[in-house]
Amino acid sequence: MAGPIEVLSWVCILSGSVFVIIGGIGLLRLPDFYTRIHAAGITDTLGSWLILAGLMLHEGFTLGAAKLAMLLFFLLTTSPLSSHALAKAAFLRGLDPLQGRDLVDRHEVDDIA
Amino acid sequence: MTGVFAAATAAIVVCMGLTLARSIAGPTVFDRILAVNSFGTKTVLLIALVGYLAGRPDFLDLALVYALMNFIGTIAAMKFTRFGDLAGMEDDDSGEVF
Repeated sequence: MAGPIEVLSWVCILSGSVFVIIGGIGLLRLPDFYTRIHAAGITDTLGSWLILAGLMLHEGFTLGAAKLAMLLFFLLTTSPLSSHALAKAAFLRGLDPLQGRDLVDRHEVDDIA
Repeated sequence: MTGVFAAATAAIVVCMGLTLARSIAGPTVFDRILAVNSFGTKTVLLIALVGYLAGRPDFLDLALVYALMNFIGTIAAMKFTRFGDLAGMEDDDSGEVF
C-alpha cells in the first residue's frame, strides 16, 4: 500500500515527463528560433523541476535528497541563464524574430553562419 | 515505483530523440546550440532516473558533474559563435554596449 508521499512523488514524476515531452515537440515544431527558445527553456525548467522534486519525495530525508536539491539549484540557475545568453547572442548577431504574418506564412529564415 | 521510473525514462529518451532531430535539422547555428543545451539537461535527468531505476542512487554525482559541464559548454559555444574566439572580447560590429 503506497503512502500519500509515494503517490505525490508518482504524480510529480509523471507530470514532469509530460512537460518534457511537450517541450521536445515544441522544440521540433515551432517555426522560429525565438519561439523554440520559449518551448525549450520554459518546459525544460518546469519538467526537470517536477521530476527532481518527485525523486526527492521518493528519497526522503537523506544525502541523496541533498544531492538532488543541489542538482535542482544548478538547473534552476543555469537553464534560464543559458536561454537568456543564447537569445541575446542570436539577437545581437542579427537574427530577426518572425513577426506578424510571417509567423503564419513561415518565411525562410536567413542563413546565419 | 519501478514502473513510474521506467515510464519517465522512456519519455525522456523519446524527447531526446526529438531534440536530436532539431539539432540536426536546425537552420541556424543558434538552433543547434539550443538543442544541444536542451539535450544536456535531459541527459542529467536521464542519469538521475536510470540511477534510481537500477537501484544505484550514486549516479547522482555523475548527474551533478554533467549539469555543470553542460552549462559551461553552452556558454563557451555561445561565446565562440558571438566573438569567433574563446578568449577575446573584441566586438566585430561597432556601437554595441554590453
